[in-house]
Amino acid sequence: MALAKDYASVMGRSNDIQKQALGLDYAEFETSPIAFDYDKLMTSTGYTLEEVNRVQSQFGVGNTPLLEARNITKLARKYAKPGYGARIFIKDEAANPSGSFKDRRAACAVYHAKKLGYKGVMAATSGNYGAAVASQAAIQGLKCIIVQECYDSHGVGQPEIVEKARKCEALGAEVVQLTVGPELFYSFLSILEDTGYFNASLYSPFGIAGVDTLGYEIVQQCREKLGKDPDMVVCTTAGGGMTTGTARGVRMAGCDAEIVGASIDLSGLSMASDVDFNKKSCTTGHTGFGVPYATDPDHSDVPRSAARPLRYMDRYVTITQGEIMEMTEMLAQLEGIERGPAGQTSLAAAFSLAQDLPEDAILVVSETEYTGAGKHVQPQLWFAKQNGIDVRLGDPKDEVPGKSVVLPASPALFQYKEADIDHFRQSLIKKAVKKAGVKPSDSDLEFLAEETKTDVDFVKATLEENGLL
Amino acid sequence: MAKKGDWVRIHSVVLKAEERTAKLPDDTKACDLEQWTKGFLTEDAEIGDEVTVETVVGRMEKGTLIDDAPYYDHDYGHFVPELIEVDKVLREEMAEIGGIR
Ligand SMILES: Cc1ncc(COP(=O)(O)O)c(C=O)c1O
Repeated sequence: MALAKDYASVMGRSNDIQKQALGLDYAEFETSPIAFDYDKLMTSTGYTLEEVNRVQSQFGVGNTPLLEARNITKLARKYAKPGYGARIFIKDEAANPSGSFKDRRAACAVYHAKKLGYKGVMAATSGNYGAAVASQAAIQGLKCIIVQECYDSHGVGQPEIVEKARKCEALGAEVVQLTVGPELFYSFLSILEDTGYFNASLYSPFGIAGVDTLGYEIVQQCREKLGKDPDMVVCTTAGGGMTTGTARGVRMAGCDAEIVGASIDLSGLSMASDVDFNKKSCTTGHTGFGVPYATDPDHSDVPRSAARPLRYMDRYVTITQGEIMEMTEMLAQLEGIERGPAGQTSLAAAFSLAQDLPEDAILVVSETEYTGAGKHVQPQLWFAKQNGIDVRLGDPKDEVPGKSVVLPASPALFQYKEADIDHFRQSLIKKAVKKAGVKPSDSDLEFLAEETKTDVDFVKATLEENGLL
Repeated sequence: MAKKGDWVRIHSVVLKAEERTAKLPDDTKACDLEQWTKGFLTEDAEIGDEVTVETVVGRMEKGTLIDDAPYYDHDYGHFVPELIEVDKVLREEMAEIGGIR
């Protein structure tokens, strides 16, 4: 008998469809209604650093250049106290086959799918990950479908997302495009069920283990090139996979660099709003993903996300769209490297973070992304203007997401904003306990301390304050 | 007219506005959830006809034929004078510290 394919029926089968499509039963990692065994999840699939490295090397991924941004460093020092202004290095992840660090995740996901005998892979993503999965599917010989949220209700596509659709098709994938709304997941599940393809989720353990090599390479390259470890690594944070994997790799290399997550400030814009959809000038790396995923990692397309940035982040900073656009311009004009804007989130933050550090400190920015039509400063700013956004030079502090994009009138005005990371930690703790609806045990308290890189006292205090203990 | 085997783009409504039960902002709730994909036409048809296509992975998908020669027209946007201004500022700032150019 044919299965009913209406919304309620498909969503009702969600758990079964996902289990089938991942070949992984998350139940074995659960240790209580609140806690699960994160290390076991990460090691269960057998993707050690060596294995990931072997897989990625085989498919042209990783070992990207670490470039010194000499002129940008020089300019940052102009605005820093005497003796301050760390050396800024950039990991040129655009050098991966499809043009971003997402190839690291896709290489492992597609490899795993093939090993388990799936005929094709699917991913729900409007971002670079689509191109990465399409590319790896082509290299490894599987079929590929990408489902993306692309248009508003007038059929107007975000230029950056339209470009990613083009790229996915160019790499041989089918692209299913939708208007705004979380029910994209329904279309995704429905096709997943019909095709029996593998869910190349961004949040699977192999996907995240794929990023571990990025952090590891950064430390190795610093040691080879500079004879010392980086002092700070800045990672663009959306779903949290970049931050989680990079930090894991940095630690695996035995380096204790400060890990800073950076997101574009889009506060005030609703991610599920049809009207707000085309008022943003960057479609990833922003707080609209960064904050909800950090504070509640388990609302993705897998039962337990392997991306858990609060386990690793020492600090979380935000930066504006205007600063990112200008930084993209700066990279092209001063360093001779033209790259995509969303990938500049961490570099824009790094430009002012470097000014807090002494000149002999090493600051590494974990990525760049490819650029092209649509995915470029000029079309994004032109698109913003067409959507009634005020684009001007001024003080980026005055930028209001959805209303203005303010390009710093002087590079002296670049200034990251420190987010209250303890607030996010408390938010994670509260959400985890409320969701489970039980009183946390002693081992749950320890789990929550690990989840938030805090201690049991911090967890207890948070819960007591909120009447949850 | 589009011929069987032509590469085309189709459109469909996945959920009508009134069928959307997910937690949504009001503006989104007022819209249909729409979907587009591309594939090879399985029979001759006119624009606006309900058709079935075979997608590049071999999936059959139904929808309204909306384009019989789909292409991308995203580009590098129009002139944005603020960028020329930014470039000038960057050059001047670098010149002051004896930088390039
Ligand atoms: C270029 C680029 N940088 C950073 C990110 C953020 O990565 P994550 O979602 O793992 O936080 C993304 C994806 O969203 C990306 O495409």
